Amino acid sequence: MTDQPTSATLRRTPLYDEHLRLGGRMVPFAGWEMPVQYSGIIEEHNAVRNDAGMFDVSHMGRFQYYGREGVELLRRVCTYDIGLLAPGEGHYCAVCREDGGILDDVYVFSLPAEVEDPVGRRYLLVANASNAERIRDWIAGRKGGLNSRFQDRHESTAMIAVQGPAAMGVLTGLLGEEAVRSLKPRRCGLYFWQGEEVFASRTGYTGEDGMELVIAASMGPVLWRALLDAGVSPCGLGARDTLRLEAALLLYGNDIDESVNPFEAGLGWAVTLDGDAEFVGREALLRARDAEPKRVLACLRAEDRGVMRPGCAILRSGEVVGKVSSGGHSPTLGVSIGMGYVPPQMAEEGTELTVDVRGRPLAVRVVPRPFYRRPKPQVNA
Amino acid sequence: MDIPPGLRYTKEHEWVRAEGDLGTVGITDYAQDQLGDVVFLSLPEPGKQLEQMAVFGEIESVKAVSELYSPVSGEVVEANVALADKPELVNDSPYDEGWLIRVRLADAAELDGLLSGEQYREYLEQEAE
Repeated sequence: MTDQPTSATLRRTPLYDEHLRLGGRMVPFAGWEMPVQYSGIIEEHNAVRNDAGMFDVSHMGRFQYYGREGVELLRRVCTYDIGLLAPGEGHYCAVCREDGGILDDVYVFSLPAEVEDPVGRRYLLVANASNAERIRDWIAGRKGGLNSRFQDRHESTAMIAVQGPAAMGVLTGLLGEEAVRSLKPRRCGLYFWQGEEVFASRTGYTGEDGMELVIAASMGPVLWRALLDAGVSPCGLGARDTLRLEAALLLYGNDIDESVNPFEAGLGWAVTLDGDAEFVGREALLRARDAEPKRVLACLRAEDRGVMRPGCAILRSGEVVGKVSSGGHSPTLGVSIGMGYVPPQMAEEGTELTVDVRGRPLAVRVVPRPFYRRPKPQVNA
Repeated sequence: MDIPPGLRYTKEHEWVRAEGDLGTVGITDYAQDQLGDVVFLSLPEPGKQLEQMAVFGEIESVKAVSELYSPVSGEVVEANVALADKPELVNDSPYDEGWLIRVRLADAAELDGLLSGEQYREYLEQEAE
């Protein structure tokens, strides 16, 4: 048997019909039938860099944890201390095995509450589509006697990411000026749109400003069409990948997996080791923090024509020193870029390396992370 | 899907246009559409001897890399150097400005074994089912 499900077993998001209507090219992805592109990857990529684009991210897992000890359950599994999150705050972190290997990288939000809920704060955990069920079950297995409750919002809601320099303007029209102005980066809020509750967070996976919205599944297509009418370009998985790679954001399964710990992946900022949260993998990560890593993730930029792809060997003086974990063509920079694990002394900026592109050598250079940083917004004095 | 008459086609989605003893080779409109935005091509140098249906190069789109198969045997006389700076010509003009290589045909009879435009269209329709 293979892991590749046939099209009959692929899951569809609430926006599936919208993708077909817009001519999206549907492909299997992590068990879901998702659009890889509509008009073309470069056009969609540029829409997000220069204007506003939107992505159906309903395939990502959405799980709510609440109850008196809901926060304690999350503190047991997240590398960042979720107890530090005030209502309306979110943080990126990893969920690790006992040995520090990364089971998934997730975003956890503490949902805002007007008044303190007597049954405890409510948290939303967003997991990768490829890991969603595994993470849900794994967290459930760590519950023990904790008084925590769980709600699976994966199929009952749709999730849309709206990204790009024009995104916040469009969202102002939808959610209102006050909502958008008060929502700072990495924070979240609950709003109403057409009588329906919308969760919005100032987060994304493109390197641009914007929000990720969660709404009842039945209202997903209505919101999608409203965004379309407001001039937001639909974008597929292809552009999502080129955008996140330029921003040097990691992709689970490519850049991180169970064989990598957060420090090797440059995710030390998503690990809290000075608090009292006894999360799974803490001991291993304490050791990893204090040890010299054997390898670290480096950003590589091609010096010549050619495209590095995942799996290509990275060489130094003819010797293999690593492997490209993510790689492709950067529409913004016009050259190939990629990431890969190499020994720390070879991850220093400016180091010249070679990538073996199916037998052809491609000269690359280690560059600072990220490849692309959005221009600072213009402030009118 | 644009499939001009008068060209010969392969099931690997290349085309060849024969003029005298020269054959111009490219990929079809269907192929460029499936590949998406082309960003890089690796093409042979003039003088290289090609065997029919052997790999002669690679084409990289944003999405993926694919191999190129020569519809004919013969010596490469020219590669489309314009593609180095403008690989998108393959998407914009697959049968004209986006041609890939010119080959001095070793055996013009090979052309008869390739698909006509009509046959190529039928092949695409069969594949779609």
